[in-house]
This record gives sequence, structure tokens and C-alpha cells, in this order.
Amino acid sequence: MGMGLAVPGTSSKRRHPIGRDINREDQMTARIALMTAAALLVGSPTLAKSGPTDAEIAHIAYTAGNIDVDAAKLALAKSKNATVREFAQTMVRDHEAVNDKALALVKKLKVTPQSNATSEALMKQAKETKQRLSSLKGAAFDRAYAANEVAYHDTVNGALKTVLIPSADNGELKSLLETGLTLFGEHQKHAEQLAAGLKS
Amino acid sequence: MRGWVGFGVVAALLLAAPAEAAPRTHVIVMEKMKFQSVPASVRRGDTILWENRDMFRHTATAKNGAFNVDLAPGAKGKTIIQKSGALAFVCKYHPGMRGVLKVSQ
Repeated sequence: MGMGLAVPGTSSKRRHPIGRDINREDQMTARIALMTAAALLVGSPTLAKSGPTDAEIAHIAYTAGNIDVDAAKLALAKSKNATVREFAQTMVRDHEAVNDKALALVKKLKVTPQSNATSEALMKQAKETKQRLSSLKGAAFDRAYAANEVAYHDTVNGALKTVLIPSADNGELKSLLETGLTLFGEHQKHAEQLAAGLKS
Repeated sequence: MRGWVGFGVVAALLLAAPAEAAPRTHVIVMEKMKFQSVPASVRRGDTILWENRDMFRHTATAKNGAFNVDLAPGAKGKTIIQKSGALAFVCKYHPGMRGVLKVSQ
């Protein structure tokens, strides 16, 4: 798919002796951590009955976007890799754009986003991820950030598809979530490309 | 009389002129993280009007460097196609967004 794209850094011949293992481990850690949040999103008994309310959905979606913006800001503070930095800048720009729209929408609909178990789990997990990423440097950080971005977007995509979009009552909120899904899908592929480029 | 002759000359010139097609404008919409409505064929000299209808910033960036249009949400931009051939382009912020212009002549 992305073969024809000129992604700076993908042609790098640098090879970490155990780069592949580190990457796999990073992805594993990220996936396990995210599974808690994903399980809450999909399997919570309170949510499974009637699904989250629009106020809760708005809070979850906004939180999910904010978490990615924060992770990207950490990457911009720590990474010197041009490809990683460009990716992080896109994450900040895109997620802030959606969240600005989300804020405008809840204001218009007079809905107060409501904190809930899912958004709290997402925040808790994000805090742990931030701590883990903060302790890393250089290429190890870049790989862990990219791996986390793949796993994180994958989880949020799943939640949008299976819970958030089907549960949304308001048409405008549903439509904004669908835009979010298109965005997260693109970001996930982009993150996969980034992660693949950092492996070699 | 002279007026009629003049008119006749102009009319003859118009009729005799080779049927050179006027440049056209093609609108390519950036929406839902895709380049929508990419024209099947474009001629050299045609204009592409890029229209970003997403809430995200996008670019239309030719892989060979022929153009790079950077558009804020809701913005429009123009590119005049100068050379024939296949012209691949992407959004440099969203590499999944891509297209190819097939430019004839």
C-alpha cells in the first residue's frame, strides 16, 4: 500500500541488534494496556445494556482525542526523528480539529460531557503509557511511541465502530464520530507505516 | 460593404482554425480523507481546482514535485497542469490519501 510513498527514514540502514524484539515488546505492552480500556468499552455491563449516553460518548471521544494529542506533544518534546515529528504534528493538528468541533457541538446541543468508567480507564491507561514512554530515549522512544500509536488507534477504532457510533442518538454527534472513525483509520495506517519504517 | 468583408474574413478564420480545445477546469474535492472525483483524463494546460471540504488540513502534493498545494479546512487552491504523463499525488499529512492524474497531449 504505502510502498510508493517517500517516507523519510524508511530507507535508513541502521539496525538495532534487537530492534525487532523491542518493537514487538512495545506493541505487546501497548496492546495489553489498551485491552483494559477496550474491555470496558465493549464489555461493561452498564454500557452493554443500553450503551453509553450521548453525554458519555462525547466525553469518551473527546478524551480519546486528547490522549493522542498529549502523546504527540510528548513525542514532539522528546523525538529528534523527522518522520516521527511530522507524524506527531499531524496527530496534534487533526485531533485538535475534531475536538474543537466536538466542543462546539456539545455547546450547541447543550450537552455536558459526562465522565464515566470508560473515559476514566482511558485516562488511567494513558498516564501509564506516558510514564513508560517518558523513561525511553532516542530510537527506543520512537519505536515505542509508534507501536503505541498503532495499538491505540486500533483500540479506539474498534470502540467507535462497535460501541460509540451505534450508541449515539444525536445525528450530528453520530456524524462527527463517523468523521473521527475515518480519521482514526487513516492515522492507524499512517502509524503502521511509521512503525514499519522505524524497524529497519 | 467593407464591414461585411471584414466579417467574412473573421468568420472564415474561425471556421478554418484547427479545433484546439479550450483548457478545462476540473474540481477535485478532498473529503472524508479521500481525493474525491479525480477526473479520468486531463489535458495539458487544464486547471485543477482543489477543494478541501474536510475539517482537517490537507495537501495535494505531486510526487515528482510538480505542485504542492497546502489547504486549510474549507480552503481552495489551483494548479495548472504543465506536462503530460501520469502524475501521482498524495496528501503529505495523510499518506493514505492519494490519486493519479493522467495528463494527455
